[in-house]
Amino acid sequence: MSGVRVLVGTRKGAFILTSDGRRAEWDITGPHFAGWEVYHLKGSPVDPNRLYASQSSGWFGQMIQRSDDGGRTWEPVSNQFTYDGAPGTHQWYDGTQHPWEFARVWHLEPSLTDPETVYAGVEDAALFRSADGGQTWQELSGLREASGHLWQPGAGGMCLHTIVLDPRHAGRIFVAISAAGVFRTDDGGTTWRPVNRGLRSDYIPDPVADIGHCVHSVAMHPSRPDVLFMQKHWDIMRSDDAGDSWHEVSGNLPSDFGFPIAVHAHEPETIYVVPITSDSEHYPPDAKLRVYRSRTGGDEWEALTDGLPQSDCYVNVLRDALAVDTLDACGVYFGTTGGQVYASADAGDSWAAIVRDLPAVLSVEVQTLP
Amino acid sequence: MIRVELPPHLRILARVAGEVELHVEGSVTQRSVLDALEAAYPMLRGTIRDHVTQQRRPFLRFFACAQDLSHESPDAPLPDAVAMGIEPFLVMGAIAGG
Repeated sequence: MSGVRVLVGTRKGAFILTSDGRRAEWDITGPHFAGWEVYHLKGSPVDPNRLYASQSSGWFGQMIQRSDDGGRTWEPVSNQFTYDGAPGTHQWYDGTQHPWEFARVWHLEPSLTDPETVYAGVEDAALFRSADGGQTWQELSGLREASGHLWQPGAGGMCLHTIVLDPRHAGRIFVAISAAGVFRTDDGGTTWRPVNRGLRSDYIPDPVADIGHCVHSVAMHPSRPDVLFMQKHWDIMRSDDAGDSWHEVSGNLPSDFGFPIAVHAHEPETIYVVPITSDSEHYPPDAKLRVYRSRTGGDEWEALTDGLPQSDCYVNVLRDALAVDTLDACGVYFGTTGGQVYASADAGDSWAAIVRDLPAVLSVEVQTLP
Repeated sequence: MIRVELPPHLRILARVAGEVELHVEGSVTQRSVLDALEAAYPMLRGTIRDHVTQQRRPFLRFFACAQDLSHESPDAPLPDAVAMGIEPFLVMGAIAGG
């Protein structure tokens, strides 16, 4: 029987939860890298035992760890992320220019075809690639060269947090940066352009500017790589032309503020979000933890509440903390800043906490194992 | 032998228990001790000082012989007691409070 491995990054280490295909009972290991922040860990789609983890600390900086046995053992690889050439400057909160400074790796995205190749999205925002399993990192600096001097940090820092690899168009990659927007390359990362037309953000001087949108997360179904779904600072957005244009699909959501967005593994028009009250109140509307599902690619949303707390709930779900497995029925998973990881083995109809009382969850990724 | 005491997180990372003992060629300074430490334990590169600038990470301190040496030149000789292996060179995580 196939199984599932859930990779959970938290404020104080990483945890790995495994189950068989029934997804009813879970084994938990961890904390791995105890006491360190683990912003993200993810497995190679080519070799599920090859995992990469971003481990960081305010004291000791950044580490990258690699596993070749599904997370039982780990090996530190290179933590040297050096910006290409003279790093230059970007906009600071007060409008002045500020030097680019590496802070941490927010997201690791293993290649779809090669377990030795992995991309890293970092703060201050830039994209790095390793082609040797993390032993060395090179910046894809064409991204910053295009418009980096115009970017500015959001409240959480200026981070490249989303990397979406196009499975059909070789060389096409989407990245998202807070607070700059979405960028696309069609040549493997040499040249980039912003793809933010249709986004409207009333919190920037020109609400429809090319640059400056606080995109929180972008998701794609691999069978339709030209269709993208976005959770923006406010607004759920959709593109049907690989980001060339976007339109809003927030519809009947109680709030269109939130952080993560995900697509059902087998239904490309079924998407999930977790609404949060507002940009100043990072907890669910009415203190009810509700996942919202649209089976129509947006606009029409239904609340999924069975098994989730429906009173006195004040947790948040961060941008990388919502994921799906590829079993039938599709499993959906998310982690909260309160330390719970909830799972649904029926595409969101019902939920149960598969672990409670972890440190605040920063990321959740799911591997479906043969 | 030069004795170096690492904070717990770095001992785990380097997979060592207790103090680290290092052989340092020539003058015993912060730089030569850290060079020897990183050569012996490459996973510590970047965790104590910046890869490029070689500056001490802001939340780490260097103590020895009841002195805070954090702001000394990296090329200044360390106390004789450290050079002779009588006292350890301490790498400390700053107290964060809260």
